[in-house]
Formats: sequence, structure tokens, C-alpha cells
Amino acid sequence: MSNNNWPLWEVFIRSKQGLSHRHVGSLHAADAEMAIGNARDVYTRRQEGVSLWVVPASEITASSPDDTEKLFDPANDKVYRHPTFFVLPKEVDHM
Amino acid sequence: MKASSEQLLKDFDTYVSDEKKIEPKDWMPEAYRKTLVRQISQHAHSEIVGMLPEGAWITRAPSLKRKAILLAKVQDEAGHGLYLYSACETLGVERADLVDDLLSGKAKYSSIFNYPTPTWADIGAIGWLVDGAAIMNQVPLCRCSYGPYARAMVRVCREESFHQRQGYSIMMSLMEGTDAQRQMAQDALDRWWWPSLMMFGPSDKDSKHSAQSMAWKIKRFTNDELRQRMVDMTVPQAELIGLKMPDPDLKWNEEKGMHDFGEIDWEEFYDVIAGNGPCNADRLATRNKAHDDGAWVREAALAYADKKAKK
Repeated sequence: MSNNNWPLWEVFIRSKQGLSHRHVGSLHAADAEMAIGNARDVYTRRQEGVSLWVVPASEITASSPDDTEKLFDPANDKVYRHPTFFVLPKEVDHM
Repeated sequence: MKASSEQLLKDFDTYVSDEKKIEPKDWMPEAYRKTLVRQISQHAHSEIVGMLPEGAWITRAPSLKRKAILLAKVQDEAGHGLYLYSACETLGVERADLVDDLLSGKAKYSSIFNYPTPTWADIGAIGWLVDGAAIMNQVPLCRCSYGPYARAMVRVCREESFHQRQGYSIMMSLMEGTDAQRQMAQDALDRWWWPSLMMFGPSDKDSKHSAQSMAWKIKRFTNDELRQRMVDMTVPQAELIGLKMPDPDLKWNEEKGMHDFGEIDWEEFYDVIAGNGPCNADRLATRNKAHDDGAWVREAALAYADKKAKK
């Protein structure tokens, strides 16, 4: 069945020059060119962007929620990475 | 160590009641997933079938301006359907299966679209009342606990208020017109008012999904709460342009600070859901024909993409 279906693409939009592309949703298309065309029709009817990326959903590797702790927790105990950790004399506190 | 399923469920309930969001790969109870698939796909189907009653008037709109506006509005509905299908697919279902369920009649869509649009004023009434009711339903869904659904709703709501305004603008123009035009607007209101109130679903005492959906923060307000807001919002809008609500029991209740209104014809509501509305068969036949007629295009596009990929 899925052989007859157009593959799924994830869509990213740069809303204006100077900002990065941001994920907005997905769509189905037979190929990359059609995915760009469909993304334009579905996601940018009101000047939402100036540039589009489309990526086959099957090409994205995502981290697993089960690894959240392993991947992101260690940052918690390195409070010295944040500037407010260091108490400075009042005279230079805007450093 | 794997947490027990009771523990997972308990953690999930706490997490959600703390107003935190669930994302596609997170653990979720099967019933939560099923509820969302049902609700989001029904919502998507409603957007798609919802193009039909209005689409009928694109070629007959009274001016080029109205035609361009209606075309943009109907295109938005297609877009809304696609945002929602896309949100639904994050729950691990296939688009093609969702579409098959609509075409076979297995899946439901909003009953409102099983009513006909015999006059131009119906396009005004749909934008004003049907989109108005949809906004009332959808604004709280922007805070739904399931991230992809909430994000799709933010996009939809941003676009929807143009729909309601263009509908009211049609009604305003008709009410500034001839007697026949005013009569046409009143007739459309008479036919659409009650079905619009039915859009909020069964009365709270009969709503089988409500309590669980409220606990899961999918739903934020009950059907009857939203229906009351719709009445209170719409009545002054009708009065302002000289339309009369088709409800002899409608009156302002000073004490409660809201309107009292008549009882909905629930028999009609359940009858249309059961498939016996004026246009149920016609809507499904039209969708099936469009799907079948487009089959060669889908196949050809895929064959072309395959051929290009092999080069």
C-alpha cells in the first residue's frame, strides 16, 4: 500500500532574511520539486517566508525521549557555565 | 529499569495536568493516542468536506471581488485540512488510511457540511456562523496538550478570522440591499442557526468523550459552555444588521448575564450524524469521484519521480 503513496516530507521556512529556517509541518509529494511547490501552497499563503527547505521525513534521525536524561541532564550541574554564577564587585557588575 | 505501566500512566497524568506538552515520540496512553487520531482526523475531514458547500458558489459569486475572496477562503480550508492530516500522521497513522476511512464512510466529519447551499446568502451565513462556531471551538485547542495539534490550530486560527469577517460582510451587504436580498439573508440565517449551534456537539450530560478529554487537556471547555458563548457573541451581531434569530425562546437573562435560548432538535442532530442529512450521500460521492478521478495523476507523478531517480 505505502508503495503507491507519495512519501512524507518535512517542511522548514525562513520567515525573513536574517532568521534561520524553522520546522512548520509536513506534506506528501512524489519528489523534491513537487514538495517545494506543495509547501509553497500549503504553508506560505500569507507571506510566511522567503525560503523553503523540504526534507524526506525518512532521512531525519531524531534523539529518543528515553535518552533525554543521558543527553541533556549533565548541563544542570555545570552552573558555572552561566555568567550569573560569578559574583563581581558592584563597580564591574555589568561585565 | 522499565517503569510499570501504572507508573507511566500516573506520570503522564501528572505531566499533562501540569500543563506540559506531549510530543510525538513521548510515551502516551493508547487511549490518548486513539482519542487524538479520532479527533484530529475528523477535524481534517471536516475541513476537506467543508470545501464542497462553498465550492459550489465559486463560479456563481456575484462579483469578481467576492469570487476572489471565496476562492482564497476555500483554498485556506484545503490548507487547514492538510495541516491537520500532517499533525495526525505524527501519531503513527498513514495519510492514505485516514483518507480511505473518510471515503468509505467509516470516519465522521462535521455534520454541518451535510446541509445544502441553495443561495448566495448561504455563503454569508457559513462564514459568519459556521466559521464563527469553528473559531469558538478552535481557539482553546491552541492550548491542547498534544504539541503538533496545538501548533496546527495556531496556524488555523490565525487564518480563520478572515473567513468569519468575509461571511458577515456578505450578510451586511445583503441587509443593505433590496427587500428580496434582505429576505434571502434572513432565510439563510433561519436555516443555518440551529445546525451551527449543533456544531458544538451533544449536550454535556450526553457527551461521552468530554470528561476524559478535559482531564487530558485536549478539551478546555465543555460543549455547552462553548455553545453559550456562541449565542452570546452572535445575537448582538444579528441585531446590529437587522436579522432576527429563529428562536422564540431566545432572551437576555439579566440575572445570569447571558442569553437563554431554546432547546436544540437533538433528533435532527443524531439523524444527520447517522447519515440521513440532506447532503450526506452527495458529499461522499463527490469526494470519492474526486479521489478516483485523481488516481492517474498520483500514479503518474510517482512513476515520473521513480524514472527521474533512476537516471
